[in-house]
Amino acid sequence: MEGDEMMGEIKKTDSLEQKQYTVRFRADTKSHLHVLDYDICATKCPEKWCTIFCPAEIYKWEDVRMQVGYEGCHECGSCRIGCPYENIKWEYPKGGHGIIFRLA
Amino acid sequence: MDEKFDVIVVGAGPAGTACAYELAKAGLKVIMFERGEYPGSKNVMGGVLYRKQMEEIIPEFWKEAPLERPVVEQRFWMMDEESMVTMGYKGLEWAKEPYNNFTVLRAKFDQWFAQKAVEQGALLINETVVEACIVEDNRVVGVRTDRPDGDVYADVVVLADGVNSLLAKQLGFHKEWRPDEVALAVMEVLKLPSEKIEDRFNLEPDQGCTIEMFGDVTKGILGTAFLYTNKESVNIGVGTTLSGLMKAKIRPYDLLEYVKNHPMVKPLLEGNESQEYAAHLIPEGGYNSIPKIVGNGVVVVGDAAHLVNAIHREGSNMAMASGRMAAETIITAREVNDFSENMLDSYRVRLMDSFVGQDLKKYKDTTHTFEHHPQYFKEYIPMLNRAAGQMFTVDGTPKKQKQKEILRSMTENRGKLGVLQDLYRAWKVMK
Repeated sequence: MEGDEMMGEIKKTDSLEQKQYTVRFRADTKSHLHVLDYDICATKCPEKWCTIFCPAEIYKWEDVRMQVGYEGCHECGSCRIGCPYENIKWEYPKGGHGIIFRLA
Repeated sequence: MDEKFDVIVVGAGPAGTACAYELAKAGLKVIMFERGEYPGSKNVMGGVLYRKQMEEIIPEFWKEAPLERPVVEQRFWMMDEESMVTMGYKGLEWAKEPYNNFTVLRAKFDQWFAQKAVEQGALLINETVVEACIVEDNRVVGVRTDRPDGDVYADVVVLADGVNSLLAKQLGFHKEWRPDEVALAVMEVLKLPSEKIEDRFNLEPDQGCTIEMFGDVTKGILGTAFLYTNKESVNIGVGTTLSGLMKAKIRPYDLLEYVKNHPMVKPLLEGNESQEYAAHLIPEGGYNSIPKIVGNGVVVVGDAAHLVNAIHREGSNMAMASGRMAAETIITAREVNDFSENMLDSYRVRLMDSFVGQDLKKYKDTTHTFEHHPQYFKEYIPMLNRAAGQMFTVDGTPKKQKQKEILRSMTENRGKLGVLQDLYRAWKVMK
Protein backbone atom coordinates (compact mmCIF):
# COMPACT_ATOMS: atom_id res chain seq x y z
CA MET A 1 0.00 0.00 0.00
CA GLU A 2 1.82 3.04 -1.18
CA GLY A 3 1.26 6.30 -2.92
CA ASP A 4 -2.15 6.85 -4.35
CA GLU A 5 -3.68 3.75 -2.86
CA MET A 6 -2.80 4.96 0.61
CA MET A 7 -3.92 8.50 -0.13
CA GLY A 8 -7.38 7.05 -0.59
CA GLU A 9 -7.48 6.11 3.06
CA ILE A 10 -6.15 9.37 4.40
CA LYS A 11 -8.72 12.02 3.80
CA LYS A 12 -7.38 15.29 2.49
CA THR A 13 -8.46 17.85 5.00
CA ASP A 14 -8.77 21.58 4.83
CA SER A 15 -7.63 21.91 8.41
CA LEU A 16 -4.22 23.40 7.79
CA GLU A 17 -5.46 26.95 7.52
CA GLN A 18 -7.12 26.69 10.93
CA LYS A 19 -3.96 25.16 12.38
CA GLN A 20 -1.80 27.96 11.04
CA TYR A 21 -4.13 30.53 12.63
CA THR A 22 -3.14 29.21 16.06
CA VAL A 23 0.51 30.11 15.48
CA ARG A 24 2.18 33.48 15.94
CA PHE A 25 4.50 34.63 13.16
CA ARG A 26 6.66 37.72 12.96
CA ALA A 27 7.49 37.68 9.29
CA ASP A 28 10.60 39.35 7.94
CA THR A 29 10.17 41.51 4.84
CA LYS A 30 12.31 39.16 2.78
CA SER A 31 12.17 35.40 2.35
CA HIS A 32 14.61 33.06 4.08
CA LEU A 33 13.69 30.31 1.57
CA HIS A 34 14.87 30.36 -2.02
CA VAL A 35 14.19 28.02 -4.90
CA LEU A 36 17.54 27.97 -6.69
CA ASP A 37 16.36 26.95 -10.16
CA TYR A 38 12.66 27.19 -11.00
CA ASP A 39 13.18 25.10 -14.16
CA ILE A 40 14.05 22.07 -12.06
CA CYS A 41 10.64 22.23 -10.31
CA ALA A 42 8.93 22.57 -13.68
CA THR A 43 10.78 19.92 -15.63
CA LYS A 44 12.45 17.43 -13.31
CA CYS A 45 10.02 17.07 -10.41
CA PRO A 46 6.57 15.84 -11.49
CA GLU A 47 5.74 14.92 -7.87
CA LYS A 48 6.47 18.45 -6.57
CA TRP A 49 7.70 16.79 -3.39
CA CYS A 50 7.91 19.91 -1.23
CA THR A 51 4.23 20.65 -1.83
CA ILE A 52 3.41 17.27 -0.27
CA PHE A 53 5.56 17.01 2.84
CA CYS A 54 5.91 20.64 3.89
CA PRO A 55 3.93 20.78 7.16
CA ALA A 56 2.77 24.34 6.51
CA GLU A 57 2.12 24.16 2.76
CA ILE A 58 4.69 26.88 2.16
CA TYR A 59 5.29 25.57 -1.34
CA LYS A 60 2.45 25.76 -3.82
CA TRP A 61 2.62 24.84 -7.46
CA GLU A 62 0.69 27.48 -9.35
CA ASP A 63 0.29 26.73 -13.06
CA VAL A 64 3.90 26.89 -14.13
CA ARG A 65 5.88 28.08 -11.16
CA MET A 66 6.63 27.19 -7.55
CA GLN A 67 5.31 29.81 -5.15
CA VAL A 68 6.99 30.16 -1.77
CA GLY A 69 4.87 31.64 1.03
CA TYR A 70 7.72 31.88 3.54
CA GLU A 71 5.67 33.87 6.07
CA GLY A 72 4.03 30.79 7.61
CA CYS A 73 7.17 28.64 7.74
CA HIS A 74 7.81 26.52 10.87
CA GLU A 75 11.55 26.49 10.09
CA CYS A 76 11.66 22.70 10.39
CA GLY A 77 14.14 22.11 7.54
CA SER A 78 12.21 19.32 5.78
CA CYS A 79 12.27 21.06 2.40
CA ARG A 80 16.03 21.49 2.46
CA ILE A 81 16.55 17.82 3.32
CA GLY A 82 13.66 16.35 1.32
CA CYS A 83 14.13 18.13 -2.02
CA PRO A 84 15.72 15.38 -4.15
CA TYR A 85 17.37 18.04 -6.34
CA GLU A 86 18.89 20.07 -3.48
CA ASN A 87 17.10 22.97 -5.06
CA ILE A 88 16.14 24.90 -1.94
CA LYS A 89 18.45 27.38 -0.24
CA TRP A 90 17.39 27.40 3.38
CA GLU A 91 18.46 29.95 5.97
CA TYR A 92 17.16 31.01 9.34
CA PRO A 93 14.98 34.12 9.30
CA LYS A 94 16.60 37.23 10.74
CA GLY A 95 17.01 37.10 14.53
CA GLY A 96 13.71 37.45 16.38
CA HIS A 97 11.68 36.88 13.20
CA GLY A 98 9.77 33.91 11.85
CA ILE A 99 7.72 31.54 13.93
CA ILE A 100 7.19 32.22 17.64
CA PHE A 101 5.88 29.26 19.63
CA ARG A 102 4.08 30.22 22.83
CA LEU A 103 3.45 26.64 24.06
CA ALA A 104 4.65 23.60 22.05
CA MET B 1 31.19 43.72 20.50
CA ASP B 2 34.98 43.49 20.85
CA GLU B 3 34.84 41.72 24.16
CA LYS B 4 36.28 38.23 24.32
CA PHE B 5 34.45 35.49 26.18
CA ASP B 6 35.61 32.18 27.57
CA VAL B 7 32.79 30.35 25.81
CA ILE B 8 30.14 31.14 23.19
CA VAL B 9 27.06 28.90 23.25
CA VAL B 10 24.91 28.92 20.10
CA GLY B 11 21.30 28.06 20.91
CA ALA B 12 19.39 28.25 24.20
CA GLY B 13 17.64 24.88 24.11
CA PRO B 14 18.22 22.11 26.67
CA ALA B 15 21.76 21.29 25.46
CA GLY B 16 23.04 24.85 25.15
CA THR B 17 21.42 26.04 28.36
CA ALA B 18 22.71 23.06 30.35
CA CYS B 19 26.20 23.82 29.07
CA ALA B 20 25.97 27.57 29.73
CA TYR B 21 24.57 26.94 33.21
CA GLU B 22 27.45 24.67 34.23
CA LEU B 23 30.10 26.94 32.73
CA ALA B 24 28.71 30.09 34.35
CA LYS B 25 28.39 28.28 37.67
CA ALA B 26 32.09 27.41 37.47
CA GLY B 27 32.87 31.11 37.00
CA LEU B 28 33.52 31.17 33.24
CA LYS B 29 32.52 34.14 31.13
CA VAL B 30 29.76 32.76 28.91
CA ILE B 31 27.61 34.32 26.19
CA MET B 32 24.62 32.39 24.81
CA PHE B 33 22.94 33.36 21.54
CA GLU B 34 19.30 32.53 20.83
CA ARG B 35 17.75 33.28 17.43
CA GLY B 36 14.18 33.33 18.75
CA GLU B 37 12.36 36.15 20.52
CA TYR B 38 12.98 34.17 23.72
CA PRO B 39 14.41 30.73 24.51
CA GLY B 40 11.82 28.11 23.59
CA SER B 41 10.12 30.21 20.93
CA LYS B 42 11.60 28.00 18.18
CA ASN B 43 11.57 24.74 20.12
CA VAL B 44 9.18 21.84 19.95
CA MET B 45 8.93 18.44 21.55
CA GLY B 46 6.19 15.94 22.23
CA GLY B 47 6.53 16.92 25.79
CA VAL B 48 8.31 14.42 28.03
CA LEU B 49 11.13 15.78 30.19
CA TYR B 50 13.11 13.21 32.16
CA ARG B 51 13.92 13.99 35.77
CA LYS B 52 17.35 12.39 36.08
CA GLN B 53 19.47 14.42 33.65
CA MET B 54 17.76 17.69 34.62
CA GLU B 55 18.27 16.98 38.31
CA GLU B 56 22.00 16.51 37.71
CA ILE B 57 22.08 20.17 36.70
CA ILE B 58 19.46 21.69 39.02
CA PRO B 59 18.63 19.49 42.05
CA GLU B 60 14.94 19.40 42.95
CA PHE B 61 14.07 21.54 39.91
CA TRP B 62 10.49 20.25 40.09
CA LYS B 63 9.88 22.54 43.06
CA GLU B 64 10.12 25.64 40.88
CA ALA B 65 10.22 24.74 37.16
CA PRO B 66 7.10 25.28 35.02
CA LEU B 67 6.13 21.62 34.59
CA GLU B 68 2.77 20.25 33.51
CA ARG B 69 2.17 16.83 35.11
CA PRO B 70 4.43 14.10 36.52
CA VAL B 71 3.84 11.02 34.36
CA VAL B 72 2.52 8.05 36.36
CA GLU B 73 1.44 5.91 33.45
CA GLN B 74 2.92 5.06 30.06
CA ARG B 75 0.57 3.33 27.63
CA PHE B 76 1.45 1.68 24.33
CA TRP B 77 -1.22 1.16 21.73
CA MET B 78 -0.75 -1.20 18.77
CA MET B 79 -3.48 -0.03 16.47
CA ASP B 80 -5.49 -1.17 13.53
CA GLU B 81 -8.25 0.82 11.85
CA GLU B 82 -10.97 -0.05 14.35
CA SER B 83 -9.19 -1.90 17.11
CA MET B 84 -6.11 -1.89 19.25
CA VAL B 85 -3.99 -4.16 21.42
CA THR B 86 -2.63 -2.28 24.40
CA MET B 87 -0.09 -2.59 27.15
CA GLY B 88 1.43 -0.19 29.61
CA TYR B 89 2.74 0.50 33.06
CA LYS B 90 1.30 2.62 35.82
CA GLY B 91 3.29 3.07 39.01
CA LEU B 92 2.47 5.42 41.83
CA GLU B 93 6.14 5.64 42.79
CA TRP B 94 6.31 7.98 39.79
CA ALA B 95 3.69 10.23 41.41
CA LYS B 96 6.03 11.31 44.20
CA GLU B 97 9.56 12.60 44.60
CA PRO B 98 11.91 12.17 42.92
CA TYR B 99 9.50 11.33 40.03
CA ASN B 100 10.51 9.75 36.71
CA ASN B 101 9.45 12.26 34.06
CA PHE B 102 7.12 15.18 33.49
CA THR B 103 5.11 16.58 30.62
CA VAL B 104 6.22 20.13 29.77
CA LEU B 105 5.43 22.88 27.31
CA ARG B 106 8.78 23.86 25.88
CA ALA B 107 8.19 27.55 25.28
CA LYS B 108 7.57 27.93 29.01
CA PHE B 109 10.17 25.47 30.26
CA ASP B 110 13.06 26.67 28.08
CA GLN B 111 12.53 30.27 29.16
CA TRP B 112 12.73 29.26 32.79
CA PHE B 113 15.81 27.10 32.28
CA ALA B 114 17.66 29.81 30.32
CA GLN B 115 16.82 32.28 33.09
CA LYS B 116 18.50 29.93 35.57
CA ALA B 117 21.67 30.05 33.46
CA VAL B 118 21.44 33.85 33.45
CA GLU B 119 21.16 33.80 37.25
CA GLN B 120 24.43 31.83 37.31
CA GLY B 121 26.05 34.64 35.34
CA ALA B 122 25.64 33.65 31.68
CA LEU B 123 24.88 36.48 29.26
CA LEU B 124 21.82 35.65 27.11
CA ILE B 125 21.40 37.49 23.81
CA ASN B 126 18.04 36.82 22.13
CA GLU B 127 16.90 37.57 18.58
CA THR B 128 20.35 36.89 17.15
CA VAL B 129 21.25 34.41 14.43
CA VAL B 130 24.79 33.05 14.39
CA GLU B 131 25.59 32.94 10.69
CA ALA B 132 29.03 31.36 10.77
CA CYS B 133 31.92 30.28 12.92
CA ILE B 134 35.02 32.42 12.59
CA VAL B 135 37.89 30.09 11.74
CA GLU B 136 41.55 31.13 11.97
CA ASP B 137 44.46 28.73 11.44
CA ASN B 138 42.15 25.72 11.41
CA ARG B 139 40.72 26.74 14.77
CA VAL B 140 37.28 28.10 15.63
CA VAL B 141 37.89 31.38 17.43
CA GLY B 142 34.46 32.99 17.47
CA VAL B 143 31.18 33.53 15.64
CA ARG B 144 29.67 35.97 13.17
CA THR B 145 26.13 37.06 14.10
CA ASP B 146 23.48 38.94 12.14
CA ARG B 147 23.88 41.99 14.36
CA PRO B 148 25.84 45.02 13.17
CA ASP B 149 29.48 44.60 14.26
CA GLY B 150 28.36 41.18 15.30
CA ASP B 151 31.67 39.30 15.55
CA VAL B 152 32.27 37.75 18.95
CA TYR B 153 35.36 35.84 20.07
CA ALA B 154 35.92 33.07 22.62
CA ASP B 155 38.25 30.19 23.48
CA VAL B 156 35.53 27.65 22.71
CA VAL B 157 32.31 27.72 20.68
CA VAL B 158 29.57 25.27 21.68
CA LEU B 159 27.21 24.45 18.81
CA ALA B 160 23.79 23.76 20.32
CA ASP B 161 21.94 24.96 17.26
CA GLY B 162 19.52 22.09 16.95
CA VAL B 163 18.65 19.46 14.37
CA ASN B 164 19.40 21.57 11.32
CA SER B 165 22.83 22.56 12.69
CA LEU B 166 23.86 24.62 9.70
CA LEU B 167 27.02 25.61 11.58
CA ALA B 168 28.40 22.09 12.04
CA LYS B 169 27.63 21.46 8.38
CA GLN B 170 29.51 24.63 7.40
CA LEU B 171 32.51 23.34 9.34
CA GLY B 172 32.34 20.10 7.37
CA PHE B 173 31.42 18.02 10.44
CA HIS B 174 28.54 16.39 8.58
CA LYS B 175 26.91 16.35 5.18
CA GLU B 176 23.26 17.21 4.74
CA TRP B 177 21.03 14.74 6.62
CA ARG B 178 19.25 12.19 4.46
CA PRO B 179 15.43 12.01 4.56
CA ASP B 180 15.69 8.66 6.40
CA GLU B 181 17.84 10.23 9.13
CA VAL B 182 15.19 12.69 10.27
CA ALA B 183 11.61 12.34 11.45
CA LEU B 184 9.10 15.06 10.71
CA ALA B 185 6.78 15.52 13.68
CA VAL B 186 3.65 17.65 13.67
CA MET B 187 1.62 18.25 16.80
CA GLU B 188 -1.12 20.32 18.32
CA VAL B 189 -1.73 21.57 21.81
CA LEU B 190 -5.44 21.06 22.50
CA LYS B 191 -7.06 22.84 25.39
CA LEU B 192 -9.23 20.69 27.67
CA PRO B 193 -10.49 21.34 31.22
CA SER B 194 -8.36 19.56 33.83
CA GLU B 195 -11.36 17.60 35.22
CA LYS B 196 -12.05 16.21 31.77
CA ILE B 197 -8.41 15.15 31.41
CA GLU B 198 -8.45 13.46 34.82
CA ASP B 199 -11.75 11.66 34.10
CA ARG B 200 -10.84 10.51 30.64
CA PHE B 201 -7.32 9.36 31.46
CA ASN B 202 -8.10 8.03 34.95
CA LEU B 203 -5.76 10.43 36.75
CA GLU B 204 -5.57 12.34 40.01
CA PRO B 205 -5.16 16.12 39.64
CA ASP B 206 -1.37 15.95 40.01
CA GLN B 207 -0.80 12.98 37.74
CA GLY B 208 -0.21 12.64 34.03
CA CYS B 209 -0.11 9.93 31.42
CA THR B 210 1.53 9.34 28.06
CA ILE B 211 0.27 7.22 25.19
CA GLU B 212 2.50 6.08 22.33
CA MET B 213 0.62 4.76 19.30
CA PHE B 214 1.92 2.45 16.60
CA GLY B 215 0.52 0.95 13.42
CA ASP B 216 -2.55 2.33 11.70
CA VAL B 217 -1.99 5.86 13.09
CA THR B 218 1.05 6.22 10.83
CA LYS B 219 -0.55 4.18 8.05
CA GLY B 220 2.30 1.72 8.42
CA ILE B 221 5.02 4.34 7.92
CA LEU B 222 7.90 4.01 10.37
CA GLY B 223 6.98 6.33 13.20
CA THR B 224 4.64 6.88 16.13
CA ALA B 225 1.78 9.04 17.21
CA PHE B 226 1.58 10.35 20.76
CA LEU B 227 -0.91 11.80 23.20
CA TYR B 228 0.41 13.42 26.39
CA THR B 229 -1.53 15.09 29.17
CA ASN B 230 -0.68 18.59 30.34
CA LYS B 231 -2.43 20.45 33.18
CA GLU B 232 -5.17 21.96 31.07
CA SER B 233 -4.37 20.68 27.61
CA VAL B 234 -3.13 17.61 25.79
CA ASN B 235 -0.39 17.37 23.19
CA ILE B 236 -1.27 15.18 20.25
CA GLY B 237 1.14 14.56 17.44
CA VAL B 238 2.55 12.18 14.90
CA GLY B 239 6.10 11.75 13.67
CA THR B 240 7.36 9.66 10.80
CA THR B 241 10.63 9.49 8.90
CA LEU B 242 10.66 12.10 6.17
CA SER B 243 11.58 9.35 3.70
CA GLY B 244 8.56 7.28 4.77
CA LEU B 245 6.24 10.24 4.43
CA MET B 246 7.57 10.91 0.93
CA LYS B 247 7.21 7.28 -0.11
CA ALA B 248 3.60 7.23 1.04
CA LYS B 249 2.90 10.71 -0.36
CA ILE B 250 0.95 11.72 2.70
CA ARG B 251 0.67 15.29 3.91
CA PRO B 252 1.75 15.48 7.56
CA TYR B 253 -1.23 17.56 8.72
CA ASP B 254 -3.64 15.16 6.99
CA LEU B 255 -2.01 12.34 8.96
CA LEU B 256 -2.40 14.36 12.17
CA GLU B 257 -6.11 14.83 11.42
CA TYR B 258 -6.37 11.10 10.78
CA VAL B 259 -4.89 10.42 14.23
CA LYS B 260 -7.17 12.93 15.92
CA ASN B 261 -10.20 11.34 14.28
CA HIS B 262 -9.18 7.73 14.88
CA PRO B 263 -12.06 6.04 16.74
CA MET B 264 -9.70 5.05 19.62
CA VAL B 265 -8.51 8.65 20.02
CA LYS B 266 -11.45 10.85 19.16
CA PRO B 267 -13.50 10.42 22.35
CA LEU B 268 -10.49 11.46 24.44
CA LEU B 269 -10.31 14.79 22.61
CA GLU B 270 -14.01 15.63 22.48
CA GLY B 271 -14.71 19.31 23.08
CA ASN B 272 -11.11 20.47 22.70
CA GLU B 273 -9.95 23.83 21.47
CA SER B 274 -6.79 23.96 19.38
CA GLN B 275 -4.21 26.27 20.94
CA GLU B 276 -1.12 25.79 18.84
CA TYR B 277 0.12 23.81 15.84
CA ALA B 278 3.82 23.02 15.55
CA ALA B 279 6.15 21.16 13.20
CA HIS B 280 9.73 20.13 13.87
CA LEU B 281 12.37 17.66 12.75
CA ILE B 282 13.84 15.04 15.06
CA PRO B 283 17.31 13.66 14.35
CA GLU B 284 16.60 9.93 14.33
CA GLY B 285 19.49 8.43 12.39
CA GLY B 286 20.91 7.07 15.64
CA TYR B 287 24.47 6.05 16.40
CA ASN B 288 25.62 5.79 12.79
CA SER B 289 24.47 9.34 12.06
CA ILE B 290 26.41 11.00 14.88
CA PRO B 291 28.64 13.54 13.10
CA LYS B 292 32.08 14.76 14.07
CA ILE B 293 31.37 16.55 17.34
CA VAL B 294 34.74 17.98 18.36
CA GLY B 295 37.20 20.26 16.59
CA ASN B 296 39.82 22.81 17.54
CA GLY B 297 37.96 25.31 19.72
CA VAL B 298 34.52 23.81 19.05
CA VAL B 299 32.16 21.11 20.36
CA VAL B 300 28.69 20.03 19.20
CA VAL B 301 25.90 19.07 21.63
CA GLY B 302 22.23 17.98 21.68
CA ASP B 303 20.16 17.56 18.51
CA ALA B 304 22.99 19.12 16.51
CA ALA B 305 25.06 16.07 17.54
CA HIS B 306 22.16 13.79 16.58
CA LEU B 307 21.69 12.53 20.15
CA VAL B 308 18.19 11.05 20.12
CA ASN B 309 17.06 7.58 21.18
CA ALA B 310 13.94 7.26 19.05
CA ILE B 311 13.00 3.87 20.48
CA HIS B 312 12.65 5.27 24.00
CA ARG B 313 11.60 8.79 22.98
CA GLU B 314 14.64 10.28 24.75
CA GLY B 315 16.28 13.40 23.37
CA SER B 316 16.12 16.43 25.62
CA ASN B 317 17.69 14.42 28.44
CA MET B 318 20.55 13.37 26.16
CA ALA B 319 20.87 16.99 25.10
CA MET B 320 21.22 18.12 28.71
CA ALA B 321 23.69 15.35 29.51
CA SER B 322 25.82 16.27 26.48
CA GLY B 323 25.74 19.96 27.41
CA ARG B 324 26.85 19.18 30.94
CA MET B 325 29.65 16.87 29.79
CA ALA B 326 30.84 19.44 27.25
CA ALA B 327 30.96 22.03 30.05
CA GLU B 328 32.98 19.72 32.30
CA THR B 329 35.49 19.16 29.51
CA ILE B 330 35.77 22.88 28.76
CA ILE B 331 36.36 23.66 32.45
CA THR B 332 39.23 21.14 32.51
CA ALA B 333 40.59 22.47 29.21
CA ARG B 334 40.67 25.97 30.65
CA GLU B 335 42.78 24.86 33.60
CA VAL B 336 45.55 23.84 31.18
CA ASN B 337 44.68 26.55 28.62
CA ASP B 338 44.43 23.99 25.83
CA PHE B 339 41.35 24.12 23.59
CA SER B 340 42.66 21.87 20.84
CA GLU B 341 40.61 19.09 19.31
CA ASN B 342 42.86 16.64 21.08
CA MET B 343 42.03 18.10 24.47
CA LEU B 344 38.31 18.65 23.82
CA ASP B 345 37.98 15.10 22.54
CA SER B 346 37.58 13.94 26.13
CA TYR B 347 34.01 15.32 25.83
CA ARG B 348 33.35 12.82 23.04
CA VAL B 349 34.93 9.98 25.01
CA ARG B 350 32.94 10.87 28.12
CA LEU B 351 29.71 11.12 26.12
CA MET B 352 30.22 7.79 24.37
CA ASP B 353 31.05 6.03 27.65
CA SER B 354 27.87 7.38 29.25
CA PHE B 355 24.30 6.12 28.83
CA VAL B 356 24.01 8.41 25.79
CA GLY B 357 26.63 6.62 23.71
CA GLN B 358 25.76 3.20 25.07
CA ASP B 359 22.03 3.47 24.38
CA LEU B 360 22.54 4.90 20.91
CA LYS B 361 24.93 2.06 20.15
CA LYS B 362 22.48 -0.54 21.46
CA TYR B 363 19.82 0.59 18.98
CA LYS B 364 22.16 1.57 16.15
CA ASP B 365 20.44 -0.65 13.57
CA THR B 366 16.89 -0.56 14.87
CA THR B 367 15.26 2.28 12.95
CA HIS B 368 16.96 1.41 9.67
CA THR B 369 15.88 -2.21 10.01
CA PHE B 370 12.26 -1.19 10.57
CA GLU B 371 12.48 1.26 7.67
CA HIS B 372 13.79 -1.40 5.30
CA HIS B 373 11.40 -4.08 6.55
CA PRO B 374 8.04 -2.33 6.73
CA GLN B 375 6.19 -5.57 7.56
CA TYR B 376 6.60 -4.93 11.30
CA PHE B 377 4.38 -1.86 11.20
CA LYS B 378 2.31 -2.70 8.14
CA GLU B 379 1.57 -6.40 8.62
CA TYR B 380 2.34 -7.62 12.12
CA ILE B 381 0.39 -4.97 14.02
CA PRO B 382 -2.84 -5.60 12.05
CA MET B 383 -2.15 -9.34 12.43
CA LEU B 384 -1.82 -8.97 16.19
CA ASN B 385 -5.14 -7.13 16.28
CA ARG B 386 -6.89 -9.82 14.24
CA ALA B 387 -5.45 -12.56 16.45
CA ALA B 388 -6.65 -10.83 19.64
CA GLY B 389 -10.05 -10.16 18.10
CA GLN B 390 -10.49 -13.78 17.05
CA MET B 391 -9.26 -15.22 20.33
CA PHE B 392 -11.51 -13.05 22.50
CA THR B 393 -14.63 -13.35 20.35
CA VAL B 394 -16.85 -16.11 21.73
CA ASP B 395 -18.52 -17.69 18.73
CA GLY B 396 -18.70 -21.37 19.58
CA THR B 397 -15.40 -22.26 17.87
CA PRO B 398 -13.18 -24.36 20.14
CA LYS B 399 -10.11 -22.44 21.35
CA LYS B 400 -7.68 -24.98 19.92
CA GLN B 401 -9.14 -24.50 16.47
CA LYS B 402 -8.96 -20.72 16.90
CA GLN B 403 -5.27 -20.98 17.76
CA LYS B 404 -4.64 -23.11 14.67
CA GLU B 405 -6.40 -20.61 12.44
CA ILE B 406 -4.51 -17.69 13.97
CA LEU B 407 -1.17 -19.45 13.46
CA ARG B 408 -2.08 -20.32 9.90
CA SER B 409 -3.09 -16.76 9.07
CA MET B 410 0.10 -15.46 10.67
CA THR B 411 2.34 -17.63 8.52
CA GLU B 412 0.18 -17.41 5.40
CA ASN B 413 1.90 -14.40 3.86
CA ARG B 414 5.51 -14.87 4.82
CA GLY B 415 5.70 -18.58 5.58
CA LYS B 416 6.85 -20.09 8.87
CA LEU B 417 10.49 -19.48 8.05
CA GLY B 418 9.76 -15.88 7.06
CA VAL B 419 8.04 -15.18 10.35
CA LEU B 420 10.92 -16.75 12.29
CA GLN B 421 13.39 -14.63 10.31
CA ASP B 422 11.37 -11.51 11.07
CA LEU B 423 11.25 -12.35 14.78
CA TYR B 424 14.99 -13.03 14.91
CA ARG B 425 15.77 -9.80 13.06
CA ALA B 426 13.65 -7.74 15.43
CA TRP B 427 15.21 -9.39 18.47
CA LYS B 428 18.72 -8.82 17.12
CA VAL B 429 18.30 -5.04 16.67
CA MET B 430 16.46 -4.51 19.96
CA LYS B 431 18.47 -6.75 22.30
